[in-house]
Amino acid sequence: MFNSPIEQVPLQAYLILASLLFCIGVWGLINSRNAVRVLMSIELMLNAVNINLMAFSAYLDGELIRGQVFTVFVITVAAAEAAVGLAILLSIYRNRVTVDMESFNLLRW
Amino acid sequence: MTIAASTELICFLILSVVIIAGGIGIVFLENIVYSAFLLGGVFMAIAGLYLLLNASFVAAAQILVYVGAVNVLILFAIMLVNKREDPKPIKGLQLRKIISAGVCAGLLALLIRVDLTTPWSLPGPTSIGELATERIGEHLFTDYLLPFELASVLLLMAMIGAIVLARRDVLITDVGTGKEVNQGLIEKATSPLLIDKNSSS
Repeated sequence: MFNSPIEQVPLQAYLILASLLFCIGVWGLINSRNAVRVLMSIELMLNAVNINLMAFSAYLDGELIRGQVFTVFVITVAAAEAAVGLAILLSIYRNRVTVDMESFNLLRW
Repeated sequence: MTIAASTELICFLILSVVIIAGGIGIVFLENIVYSAFLLGGVFMAIAGLYLLLNASFVAAAQILVYVGAVNVLILFAIMLVNKREDPKPIKGLQLRKIISAGVCAGLLALLIRVDLTTPWSLPGPTSIGELATERIGEHLFTDYLLPFELASVLLLMAMIGAIVLARRDVLITDVGTGKEVNQGLIEKATSPLLIDKNSSS
């Protein structure tokens, strides 16, 4: 695996896998009633994007692996986002004593 | 087809089945604790995909950050807000689910069409394989130095922000006057601001 180009699994297989995962994440983001599950769906979407970046980095940019650098940055930002998102969730839960997304309608009107 | 190639193909198939099934489980399972553990499994399967793509450093970072930090954080959040509640039935929820499923299927069809019809410039340059970690280090300290430093500032901001948002207000007495001083960083009324008329508790 060291010197041989990875040609057995086509690039499109990785891209289709990432598309499937992204769409599952979008559906979960829209339809989840539980706020924690919404955060999990966001993590799924971020991971789908990471798979795309890694596949492009390995297949199209094997010399300068810029996709891997971007993936490292995305992982960093995702960790920060998860921490702040869960802190906001805890803070809302203290006020409203629920995690149901349908009752978080403060900013609607 | 050599043994190495077929092994790679089989690994890819197993990992992708785990990822897709885990993703569907995360979204559809009733119990959210199961969803959180499935999320950890999906993260590890994605790290396996990174290993297939010759990226051992990013795979290790994925396991360390996602499984070790984000997933544990989510589990803690579930335990802190763990309240059995039956969500109130909402009119038109089923219709909403069907419509959003249609939109997601359309998005999926669009993405797959783009994946399959774009003429990717394959084969690209030869992969540098195990030297990837060194190359990432070079990138981080030469041409991606500014984003690297910004990421550290972002992490600091996120850490302080999370502490400020999630902490309880601390009441301590002032040394000079003996009165109680609210040290909370967020202005907050002592009674709940938002009394939900429908909730009983």
